[in-house]
Amino acid sequence: MAEYQNIFTRVQIRAPVYAGVELPRGAWGREGKGGFSHFLGRFGDAQIGPIYLGTTGVLSLVCGFIAFEIIGLNMFASVHWNPIQFIRLLPWLALEPPAPSNGLHFPRLQDGGWWLMAGFFLTSSVLLWWLRMYRRARALGMGTHVAWAFLSAIWLMLVLGIIRPVLMGSFGEAVPFGIFPHLDWTAAFSLRYGNLFYNPFHCLSIAFLYGSTLLFAMHGGTILAVSRLGGDRELEQIVDRGTAAERAALFWRWTMGFNATMESIHRWAWWFAVLCPLVGGIGILLTGTVVDNWYLWAVKHHVAPMYPHVFPPVVDPATISGTPQTGATP
Amino acid sequence: MSRLGYIVFLAGSFAILGGCERPPMDEVQTGYRGLGMQVVINPRIDAKKAANNAVPAAIPAAAAGGPPASTVYKNIQVLKDLNVAQFTRVMLAITQWVAPPDQSCNYCHTSDMSSDDRYTKVVARRMLQMVRHVNSDWKNHVGDTGVTCYSCHRGNAVPQNVWFTDSGPSSNTGLIAGNAGKNNVSPAAGLSALPYDPYTRYLLEDNNIRVISNDALPGGNRSSIKQTDSTYALMISMSQSLGVNCVYCHNSRSFAVWDASTPKRTTAWYGIRMARDLNNNYLVPLTKTFPEHRLGIHGDVAKVNCATCHQGVFKPLYGESMAKDYPELTGEMHSSEPVSPAADAPPPTAALHP
Repeated sequence: MAEYQNIFTRVQIRAPVYAGVELPRGAWGREGKGGFSHFLGRFGDAQIGPIYLGTTGVLSLVCGFIAFEIIGLNMFASVHWNPIQFIRLLPWLALEPPAPSNGLHFPRLQDGGWWLMAGFFLTSSVLLWWLRMYRRARALGMGTHVAWAFLSAIWLMLVLGIIRPVLMGSFGEAVPFGIFPHLDWTAAFSLRYGNLFYNPFHCLSIAFLYGSTLLFAMHGGTILAVSRLGGDRELEQIVDRGTAAERAALFWRWTMGFNATMESIHRWAWWFAVLCPLVGGIGILLTGTVVDNWYLWAVKHHVAPMYPHVFPPVVDPATISGTPQTGATP
Repeated sequence: MSRLGYIVFLAGSFAILGGCERPPMDEVQTGYRGLGMQVVINPRIDAKKAANNAVPAAIPAAAAGGPPASTVYKNIQVLKDLNVAQFTRVMLAITQWVAPPDQSCNYCHTSDMSSDDRYTKVVARRMLQMVRHVNSDWKNHVGDTGVTCYSCHRGNAVPQNVWFTDSGPSSNTGLIAGNAGKNNVSPAAGLSALPYDPYTRYLLEDNNIRVISNDALPGGNRSSIKQTDSTYALMISMSQSLGVNCVYCHNSRSFAVWDASTPKRTTAWYGIRMARDLNNNYLVPLTKTFPEHRLGIHGDVAKVNCATCHQGVFKPLYGESMAKDYPELTGEMHSSEPVSPAADAPPPTAALHP
């Protein structure tokens, strides 16, 4: 029965669980014996586990759990331990960084100390997970591309959470841990610094973000389109170019005159994805430290175009003498 | 698709889109093309608002001449410039606009009409001064449209949109993290997680609303992101109160720059100062006049913000002037005998300043 198997197949292959290659001496064992899930097999590989945790994995999970608990329990306490309110209001709740007046001191727990601790454990967790990723890749004799891509995202997180606040001299500049509050922070950040859209690194980051989605769609679409010819066996097609690779390449040469190769498209995708948070982090780092109002910066450097006025001239009333300046008690 | 899948799809769509306003919207371009300077109007919501913002028929104008009210009635302190017909007309209007129908005159007056025994009468007197003050001294906000009692009261003894200092959900003690006055549902700021009481900071106290720098490079502006959150909350409250978006006043490419803003921003700037003035000089001094059940949980008096008058509309009552029909309230009334114009209305008596 000749039927080619890809992720949309109706048939799932069942073979004995594959335990993976031999582990080096001194490494922890893999946890579990592994099994199969038909449901997950519809999205990826049906084999689940065994999983390798190791020292860094366990420490990372412990640190992540501590951070999660600090954030979650403080949120829970903020609704007076009412479970219904906790679920209802969860998107609004947050663990808030210290007040700006606190500067870079370690505040009391209730005044932002918890936030600093949560940040410390979350950072430790993420960095340990990065180390685990790097070491697992090495153990398999792979390149370390995934780890470096992950580090790019960690860079953006650390710029937002600690590097920029330290340069600004206040932990209060950092992002709250919370669903809506961190989004409010993002909007307030752009407002405070005169519109982040005029930050060229923000522009680049958006270009790489949208570029990533475009590349992903082009690549995914191309490979699916030639999977009936074996195109999803990309590695084989890289080593020994077959009709799938030839047709995919020809398709793009016909439609836009140029094509990536089976190998280079993955470099394109990797760099676009990595550069998105990398340049984004640079843009955040420069905001407030080097540039205070991106709109005026863009005007100064003739980046922002000027448009014709359609309203009668509007003047700041605070600059007109004789106007009531405050309205407060005379 | 299976029946279950179809049900899940429908339920999911409702869950995600249930809070949205259905299209189509009307859009009105207000600025130069291509800049997104457009006011978005939902005609279905607008129709409902129009019904709530209809102007009641004016009471027939009072005849000129006749004796001054102050010679006929006792204890007249503010409306001394009116004749009897005009004075009676104002009393009638207040009864329609403010007093609960089942109490009518008795809401403010005892059997001795001149008595100040009822607190409501003392408050009403101060409010009349406030209306005249707004109409004569805050023309840069209310223009020639002016205000009357009805602008805020709309038939309610207490206007529907007033505010009290809100310390939010009772704060935590001990080692539990504080929430910095935000991170909960903020009715003031459109149900966002922004600060829930921008009013005390900006419409009572005189804190700096401006956080954006006037220079491209850093030069001493230490405004924090948290201050920006507060300003943002105030702006969202204004947007909600007027039923408009940001670009009604601002050009969103630069919220700070004045020469890119619309002239409405100037009107709003004066409006903020006006609300602050009315709160500090008219409402706060009445705190001890009010009985306890009219005060907020912190014992503070009900105060005004943009919504008190605007009630969801860019101009209260869609800009229709009621004040033009009530010259008695504009502070420019001259009765048959020469009395000082009401712009020189007497300062509040000592009794009003506890």
